[in-house]
Amino acid sequence: MKLKKIKSSGELEIFVASTGVKQKIPFVDAGVKAGFPSPAEDFTETAIDLNVELIKNPSSTFFARATGDSMQDFGVADGDLLVVDKSLEPRTGKIAVCYIDGEFTLKQIRIENECCWLVPGNANYQPIKATKDNEFLIWGIVTHSIKTL
Amino acid sequence: MFALIDCNNFYASCERVFRPDLVGKPIAVLSNNDGCVIARSNEAKAVGIPMGAPAYKYEKEFKEKGVHVFSSNYALYGDMSKRVMQVLATFAPEIEVYSIDEAFLKFEGCDYITWASYAEEIRKKVTQFTGIPVSVGFAPTKALAKVANRVAKKFVEKTGGSYVIDSDEKRIKALKWLKVNDVWGIGSRQALRLNSHGVQTAYEFVQQSDEWVRKNMSVVGLRLKHDLQGILTLDLEKHKVKQNIATTRSFEKNYTAYHDLSERISTFASSCAEKLRAQQSNCSVLLVFVNTNKHRQDLKQYKQQVVVKLPFPSNSSIELSKYAEYGLSLIFKGGLQYKKAGVVVMDITPESEAQLNLFEKSNERHKALMKAMDSLNKQMGSQKVKLANQDLNRTWKMKQERLSPRYTTKITDVLKVKA
Repeated sequence: MKLKKIKSSGELEIFVASTGVKQKIPFVDAGVKAGFPSPAEDFTETAIDLNVELIKNPSSTFFARATGDSMQDFGVADGDLLVVDKSLEPRTGKIAVCYIDGEFTLKQIRIENECCWLVPGNANYQPIKATKDNEFLIWGIVTHSIKTL
Repeated sequence: MFALIDCNNFYASCERVFRPDLVGKPIAVLSNNDGCVIARSNEAKAVGIPMGAPAYKYEKEFKEKGVHVFSSNYALYGDMSKRVMQVLATFAPEIEVYSIDEAFLKFEGCDYITWASYAEEIRKKVTQFTGIPVSVGFAPTKALAKVANRVAKKFVEKTGGSYVIDSDEKRIKALKWLKVNDVWGIGSRQALRLNSHGVQTAYEFVQQSDEWVRKNMSVVGLRLKHDLQGILTLDLEKHKVKQNIATTRSFEKNYTAYHDLSERISTFASSCAEKLRAQQSNCSVLLVFVNTNKHRQDLKQYKQQVVVKLPFPSNSSIELSKYAEYGLSLIFKGGLQYKKAGVVVMDITPESEAQLNLFEKSNERHKALMKAMDSLNKQMGSQKVKLANQDLNRTWKMKQERLSPRYTTKITDVLKVKA
């Protein structure tokens, strides 16, 4: 664009624009997003979600709170939050929430022919033998123990 | 092929999942405000606790017969129901959730499945995953699947909890056993009429001519007859938008003051508005009612309702609350002991079809405000954001003296396990 001086009076100079010449510049039609074009855009992944990591089967997963220290050797302390999955097959060596003779208890299970041993993780406690004479049920298998430090 | 799966004594079974000591014991669950019995375990039925038994009347009998009584823990029951339905949905291409504890499954083009073993697989898996015992019925039509489910349940020692009607012989045998009153879709009045016509069983019902059934039970009865004959008639219901929505409550004690009723009506209207927004509908008409205590005939009785037509369709908590309150002001009478009130919204239309009124229209700003409110309440849970004229101090508590812990929805209520 050219400027044509039309008046000059000491302090101020007045110009008029000469619009005879056209200059093409690109016009952005769509709304311009705030922010820069991220090089990561094509590669982003969803953030880590503990629900996905810890709960494989939502319909059969329940939470429970451990009270006591009989399982400390397995890393479960008083107050830990347990993730319990009722869909998992009970197997020897698994940590399970069991119900025996009127109370819920957390133990490692050892399945034998005629009975099931409930094994604690603390030398101060004795293993419990569950037979068909007991009111016994394996309620669910513990997959994770969540500890608040 | 259709399947009908329903939970056995659902509310009682939910309580038992976390209380294995109550398996085999009589259990009764009470309605809101611990009013009357709405669910019983088989053992409670066996000791003679009737459905609808008023709690205050049966206290002594509960104690004498060793019945374990619970307030209804809907937070728990709703969550357990969701789990059951989630498991069921993995078994079929189509599912219709019929009620809180039953669902239909539909199988099209699945002719390679051995139904009897599949039925048993479903039953075992639901029980293992959720702890809820269920009964499973399979049949070529929806109505027959319901019949199969009943057979599975009533003859559980023989069936093991699941039953398939896959032959005409089995179909007829089941229909000859089933009383016409117990047929899904036949109400008690229709059943009486059928009885007086000499029809006692479902089999006798399907023996009637099409013309007779259509004349006496309308086309609905005819469709049912065909379905029971094994002719594919009824199909799964598609997810329907509710045609009227109500929020009503009985109060734990009698209330007299206008501001108390007004707060309740405002809350009920807000609740209706929330439900409308959840299904993307507006309403154009709302009904407000107030009742005195009908069980206290010694006090003055008063029952009144009013219908308010909105100038434009709306689902704004603010607008519905305003019009509901206007309605209340028309019917409220001082000096009375009110026990129950409610708001019903009707003439429900989709949000997208909002017709404009020439002189007034819905306040556009409400839309954004309601959206924000719903989003916050969803995040923070349980009605944290309310209207100013709603009960902010939570003085309106339901009487729930025997509520079990919310094992699956409240972190502080989870099962305690001795380690």
